[in-house]
Amino acid sequence: MPQTILPEQQEGEKKTKKSKILEALESEDLSIQFTDALDNEMVLNMGPQHPATHGVLRLLVSLDGETVKKCIPELGYLHRGYEKLAEACTYHEFIPHTDRLDYLSPMANNVAYALAVEKLIDLEIPERGKYIRVIIAELARIQSHLLAVGALLMDVGAVTPFLWAIREREKILDLYDVICGARFTTSYTRVGGVAQDVTDESLTGIKKFIDEFENNLDDMRSLVERNKIFIVRCENIGHLSKENCIDLGLTGPLLRACGISRDLRRDEPYLVYDKLDFNIPVYTESDCLARYYVRVDEMIECVKILKQCIEKIPAGQHNALQSKKVLPKKERVYTKMEELIHDFMLINFGVNPPKRESYCAIEASKGELGFYIISDGSGHPFRTKIRSPSFSNLQALSPMMKECLISDTVVIIGSVDPVMGEADK
Amino acid sequence: MSKETIELLKSKLGNFQIEFTDVNGTPAIYIDHKDVIEVCNILKNDESLKYNSMVDGVSVDRFEKKNRFEMIYNLVSIDNNKRLFIKIRLDTKKPEMETLSGIWGSANWYEREAYDMMGINFRNHPDLRRMYMPDEFEYHPLRKDFPLMGIPGSIPLPNK
Repeated sequence: MPQTILPEQQEGEKKTKKSKILEALESEDLSIQFTDALDNEMVLNMGPQHPATHGVLRLLVSLDGETVKKCIPELGYLHRGYEKLAEACTYHEFIPHTDRLDYLSPMANNVAYALAVEKLIDLEIPERGKYIRVIIAELARIQSHLLAVGALLMDVGAVTPFLWAIREREKILDLYDVICGARFTTSYTRVGGVAQDVTDESLTGIKKFIDEFENNLDDMRSLVERNKIFIVRCENIGHLSKENCIDLGLTGPLLRACGISRDLRRDEPYLVYDKLDFNIPVYTESDCLARYYVRVDEMIECVKILKQCIEKIPAGQHNALQSKKVLPKKERVYTKMEELIHDFMLINFGVNPPKRESYCAIEASKGELGFYIISDGSGHPFRTKIRSPSFSNLQALSPMMKECLISDTVVIIGSVDPVMGEADK
Repeated sequence: MSKETIELLKSKLGNFQIEFTDVNGTPAIYIDHKDVIEVCNILKNDESLKYNSMVDGVSVDRFEKKNRFEMIYNLVSIDNNKRLFIKIRLDTKKPEMETLSGIWGSANWYEREAYDMMGINFRNHPDLRRMYMPDEFEYHPLRKDFPLMGIPGSIPLPNK
């Protein structure tokens, strides 16, 4: 890690208080005695190409010995301008782009965007479609939390649990393959439903997966939860008070680890979450260990939700029957005149929502994922604002890292679990 | 938009010029940019309102002659489980408003993003730098008059 120059905004501070090394070098008076070998300030540049920063996050850390004095996150290394791009796409065309936001749980993004557009055009989807969406959103939550927990454990030095977590995650990707035909960039939802119905084969696959999952998760947990190294490296690290957490607009596991029970699935229910029975795990310690436990407990709740969904999922249509808003089935497009016309209109001009603004958010794995869409009545959105949880959560890095050790920075980043695709948009 | 929320907001913010509207079912208010600080202090600190968390800041370019820009803040009351949008209309030529980062800490980055993308200036902001684009970039990409394909030469590339 090379030593770099401080950014502009810090230069002012720096001029007034020079470090001892600088003073000594400038005066060429090397007789200044360092009372402590570590007693000098240094700026460390972590990232953007650093394996422990989970993507292209760059941190400028000012150090006094091994203690972090100040930390400034720098974003924008994965900025692709999705908000600008959304203005040039129809509502359907933007769905594949949502895969690339939080690329660790693409299904949840698909669901969030489809729900936001449906709220904008006042479209209610059939019950079966809602259950399918809950199933894929919960699979996405398990998928994302497995990587978050696994990477956190690897950051503190435990490699085996990471591999075991990835093994479980791989099974979910295989399930996606059966459900929608792609493992990673799923683009499964459509405005008014999902691309295709789930088959019985995929439902039995999910059932088989969740039956084994709890045991496999317990195996992974038994490796670390009574491990002293893990506990010492996570306990009381990255502490943030309750007031600070609210003030910084945190959502998701970070907020629930500081004693606030807020979950959009219960507080602003969408899809069929009000008909399902699940708990919201809350811890009060607000440190890295509490965040680990919130994620692990949430995975167990996900299994509970999935079990209920597979039991309750009704038969019937999975797509809404509104030919002017929902894309028709491909085989009907090729054989029926009416569907061909609707398909042509939808693809070329898009769904034309009324002239209004709309905001819809879901509880994604990292927090509140919302889309603020302004429509001017045409087929393209006038403005799409993505409220991404990682962007807001990253703001907490600075206060969390104050006065921690340099080795704890990677643990704190792991516990915040940022995904730069989403934070940089 | 429920009647109780409107009544409550009317009784608490009677002294200010407030315009009620809604964002597809969620209450929203327009605030004049002059008294934004006083109104927001009441919204955050009043016991019955208590919008203690700001979860998003949306900058909009309406592309109209008068009041072209707009800031929309997404407020959440965690205790009461309520959501409120506050909207502030900004000037066309000189979009400028007082920062809200002194009231809600999270506004810091949302306003930096709005400054980067829309060129809205926030007075007394502690750290008003670009969020995503490089510091030497001159334009504000989310404005409606910025072309989708970008402006050639606006980001200098290293020599061959």
